[in-house]
Amino acid sequence: MTVISAKSLDLTFQTNDGPVQALSDVSLDINKGEFVSFIGPSGCGKTTFLRVIAALEQPTGGSVTVNGMTPDEARRARAYGYVFQAAGLYPWRTIEKNIKLPLEIMGFSRAEQQERVNNVLQLVDLEGFGKKFPWQLSGGMQQRASIARALAFDADILLMDEPFGALDEIVRDKLNEELLKLWARTDKTICFVTHSIPEAVYLSTKIVVMSPRPGRISDVIESNLPRDRPLDIRDTPEFLALAHRVREGLREGHAYDE
Amino acid sequence: MAVTEQHPPCALCVATQKVLAAVLPVLAVVGVIVAIWYAAALGMNRGWTLDVAERQGVELTRGEIWRDAMVQERPRLPAPHQVAQELWTTTYGEDFFRERRGEMRANPRSLFFHAYQTLAPTILGFVIGTLAGMILAVAIVHNRAMDMSVMPWAIASQTIPILAIAPIVIVVLNAIGLVGLVPKSLISAYLSFFPVVVGMVKGLRAPAVMDMDLLRTYSASRIETFWKLRLPASVPFLFTSLKVAIAAALVGTIVAEMPTGARFGLGARLLTGSYYGQTIQIWSALFMAAICAAMLVGLIGFIERMTLRRMGLDR
Ligand SMILES: Nc1ncnc2c1ncn2[C@@H]1O[C@H](COP(=O)(O)OP(=O)(O)O)[C@@H](O)[C@H]1O
Ligand SMILES: [Mg+2]
Repeated sequence: MTVISAKSLDLTFQTNDGPVQALSDVSLDINKGEFVSFIGPSGCGKTTFLRVIAALEQPTGGSVTVNGMTPDEARRARAYGYVFQAAGLYPWRTIEKNIKLPLEIMGFSRAEQQERVNNVLQLVDLEGFGKKFPWQLSGGMQQRASIARALAFDADILLMDEPFGALDEIVRDKLNEELLKLWARTDKTICFVTHSIPEAVYLSTKIVVMSPRPGRISDVIESNLPRDRPLDIRDTPEFLALAHRVREGLREGHAYDE
Repeated sequence: MAVTEQHPPCALCVATQKVLAAVLPVLAVVGVIVAIWYAAALGMNRGWTLDVAERQGVELTRGEIWRDAMVQERPRLPAPHQVAQELWTTTYGEDFFRERRGEMRANPRSLFFHAYQTLAPTILGFVIGTLAGMILAVAIVHNRAMDMSVMPWAIASQTIPILAIAPIVIVVLNAIGLVGLVPKSLISAYLSFFPVVVGMVKGLRAPAVMDMDLLRTYSASRIETFWKLRLPASVPFLFTSLKVAIAAALVGTIVAEMPTGARFGLGARLLTGSYYGQTIQIWSALFMAAICAAMLVGLIGFIERMTLRRMGLDR
């Protein structure tokens, strides 16, 4: 079942230095339960594409549907949770209150809010930290809390824009592993932007390789790795072959440039 | 093997040391200031002492000059102990109320009474100015037209030298029958208004694009965005402004007390003091004003610390 469908998307920003074509003729279908990674050099439109899906940007051409609706309608139907590159927790709210933020706005009852907070805190392995303020947590824990916040209201799409980009490799590995488990448990559709080839290959069922100026899709790679992935799958020949193909795709995108 | 026993430092000793470390530098600075002050008082007052002595045809020793310069009734610069004594006798030495024609009335010889006369309009004006400033800031942030039209006026209004035109305002207000609290409060409201507008606008605009985008993904309304993001984000900015505003409000009240020959208030004490050459009275009023300002700013600083601590914003 197709959850997100983009057809010949175009998006041109009008800037003071003239128009910038952030997306050019982007077409992509994402099915329910898929884990899709977007990879490509800076400025190739990964963030912009995610923001179009989230109705934070309006495309200048083409069309997108999310759950068969326009992005605007989908947002009002609470179709997605968005995780930004920085955790973006409000510093004056405790972790618990941060997770309650969307719940308050969406009008859940107090009892239900608390129940959901407890559930998602457990899901991201942060039980016992609900009463702490964000600055009392490490960067990795803050990012987990922000994922919990995106999970709290049962959106079945998770849009993640380089969520682990600012974290060190060891924390990142652990969070990647946990994210996969979480994905397996919750059956969500995940769109995940990354700069890292191993991260993209390790996590995804589908890898979308993008290239810049204008931002476009240069390759879509379906992963043949099993769904159940221990960390050391990264040393198998299948994994390395996939990583190689992604690297080739990225290089081609660049060659096109010069 | 000889073991030198290490006593754990006793808690009280450590605490005392900490206090001393904090207080000693302050005391040293105060000591230096007082010393300079005494020296200046000697330099400024000895002329008068010598004049008087010359007219009476007496020779004074250095010690006698010293002593006389410190105890004149109307010195050009009163010595610290004279000011301290005046402060003491006009505060604790005087009752706040006294009986007059069979009625209990406020005692105009009490400096506390004058401080109260100044503090009441200061606080009233501060509250008015702050509320007006906050409301205007909210309007400016939420309405482009307000931003374009009102903000320039708010800024332009501050180029009016209010301290210069305060007398006119007071006189005009008196002429239409407004006396006492209200005119003074208006001047201090005016002075505290601007820092609050500027600080609050800055604070309400402080949230990062990402913080705003997050709420957009929840389809949050503007009102929700205000209560859940903009307002809490503005709190630290607001407190910084409030500390400036309350000091400005106090200055405003004192200035407002001067032009019409008000009889009560610290400004009135300054005025009558200078009229009768009562330098000691002037200086004790100045000190009382400084003490009031320090207390008001300190109070807001205290509320600030408590609030930010509760919000988890002070580390
Ligand atoms: N709001 C905006 N206004 C103008 N240009 C933008 C804006 N957002 C992104 N761009 C431009 O669009 C291009 C794609 O940006 P982005 O989607 O952020 O890339 P990525 O996330 O892949 O690094 C870049 O050239 C960027 O400068
Ligand atoms: Mg980006």
